[in-house]
Amino acid sequence: MANRPEDVGKEAVQKKGWFGAHKWLILRRISQLGILAAFGAGPWLGLWLVKGNLSYSLTLETLPLTDPYVLLQALVGGVVPETIALVGVAIVLVFYSLVGGRVYCSWVCPVNMVTDAASWLRRKLGIRGTSHASRSTRFWILGATFILSAITGSIIWELVNPVTITVRALLFGVGLAWIFILAIFLFDLLVARDGWCGHYCPVGAFYSLLSTWAPLRVTAANREACDDCMDCFNVCPEPQVIKPALKGAPKGIGPVILANQCTNCGRCIDVCAVDVFRFGTRFGNDPLIGAKVPDQIQTTGS
Amino acid sequence: MAEADRKQKGTTRRQFLSTTLKTACSVSLMGIGLGFYAQRANALPPLAIRPPGALPEEDFLSACIRCGLCVRDCPYDILFLGQLGDDIPTGSPYFIARTGPCEMCEDIPCVAACPTNALDHSLTDINDARMGLAVVIDQENCIAFQGLRCEVCFNVCPIRGKAITLDYQHNPRSGKHALFIPVVHSEACTGCGLCEKACILEKAAIKVLPIDIAKGELGHHYRFGWKEKEKAGKALVTPDVKHQYNLPEGVRYDLQGKGLIIEKKAEAPHAPPQDSPFSSNPLDTLNRKKGDD
Repeated sequence: MANRPEDVGKEAVQKKGWFGAHKWLILRRISQLGILAAFGAGPWLGLWLVKGNLSYSLTLETLPLTDPYVLLQALVGGVVPETIALVGVAIVLVFYSLVGGRVYCSWVCPVNMVTDAASWLRRKLGIRGTSHASRSTRFWILGATFILSAITGSIIWELVNPVTITVRALLFGVGLAWIFILAIFLFDLLVARDGWCGHYCPVGAFYSLLSTWAPLRVTAANREACDDCMDCFNVCPEPQVIKPALKGAPKGIGPVILANQCTNCGRCIDVCAVDVFRFGTRFGNDPLIGAKVPDQIQTTGS
Repeated sequence: MAEADRKQKGTTRRQFLSTTLKTACSVSLMGIGLGFYAQRANALPPLAIRPPGALPEEDFLSACIRCGLCVRDCPYDILFLGQLGDDIPTGSPYFIARTGPCEMCEDIPCVAACPTNALDHSLTDINDARMGLAVVIDQENCIAFQGLRCEVCFNVCPIRGKAITLDYQHNPRSGKHALFIPVVHSEACTGCGLCEKACILEKAAIKVLPIDIAKGELGHHYRFGWKEKEKAGKALVTPDVKHQYNLPEGVRYDLQGKGLIIEKKAEAPHAPPQDSPFSSNPLDTLNRKKGDD
């Protein structure tokens, strides 16, 4: 019944067509590349729409956007920023609290394209082995970076942050950044599935925290149609978030994916041939949805 | 059944503890590594200069969020961000005076662009910037010290005549010419680096260095007597007894440089019509006794 990881999305392509089975992926790539292009238009073409990078940017000389994680490390180091940086943080915090913090990971972050590529190649080559680091490691690292920022008085993660290093490499000059990016690619390909983004990246961990109360969610609204093909688990960068929503009906768990690690990438929606998933809100989380045996809900629910 | 249940619970607790401990240990190790890396990576090489208004280096590194807006708003494109593999802290802005010095814009756009005050917004007059300090570091190769007329650093200095002055000195080689020695004054030099850029040598003899490298510091116990005297308004030790010279009337001796001073006697109209009772050579007068004997 279960499909092999190599065949992720094959059924979906057959049923929905190639575009139907890659809709959200294409939109995400447009978003990621579009943001890079908006940043790049200045240095590459002299068209200054957006100045700066993902740490802080100023769009059309008016709209400030500040990365809250970077600024928080600075605050821990004892910095009093300009008002414009705080306005930028407020805008970013409000936006991601609504759409889900890890939308940053899957719709903005350029490293996502690298790790997605590694993940894809890993499936195609049938590489199964993986290291067994805990997915909570990133939260420990997140905490450690704040402590280190306070001790060293510097924005510690910016020394090694692959996200901003990648963006700066494209906009301000490459240096040795490509080695760094290659290392992440190889690590994800050969050492650990979803290694960097799924286990270690504290930027993603920080945005996960912003995801906690976000209304915009993926929901397994049509979960009774699930035919256990496993495609969503194989393609998902955070597969642990799917199970409660998809298989939780007997335990009285609603169909909305509430785990804050979900990146709202929408790949599960794409690859599902029977359209179990769709984007929805956290409010449509009725445990009765997709529950096959009503009396079972009465015993386990409430 | 109950035992098995307890056993299972125990294993999960043990598993939980061991995973947590493992993760905590590896993250601590990573943290220590990152801390040491930070110490090494946060050192700025002396020839990389921060933009105007930059806070002291340690504060700067905690305030700068590496956005590069100062780089973008610099109209002369002299600023760069440290790249991975450079000696400069990753993503932090700098310029190299020899290749691209700060042109000292009056409106200081780089400071205005900074969102975190890493470039201090209280800097409103570019002449108050202290990016570094120019030092005439190689006096063996600076051609001014050879007696040649150069003065390029003096002439390109945006605070001409204040930050760099020319000190005229005797040229002992020719015996009759002057040396035009460039002298930097720290109270006016902004460290913009235009002098280093303009230096005509293959490698600049005048270089902008970080202020803490360029400047010495007097021992804190040190006091200059004449300054203390001025402050107190009087001598703080027993005042010197005024020296008495054995000189003829109408003649004084100034120790501080003027030497012998011959005062004209105004109240002697009937005196013989001569300028002075002495020979024109003061030594004759001083040695008079000897000669008379």
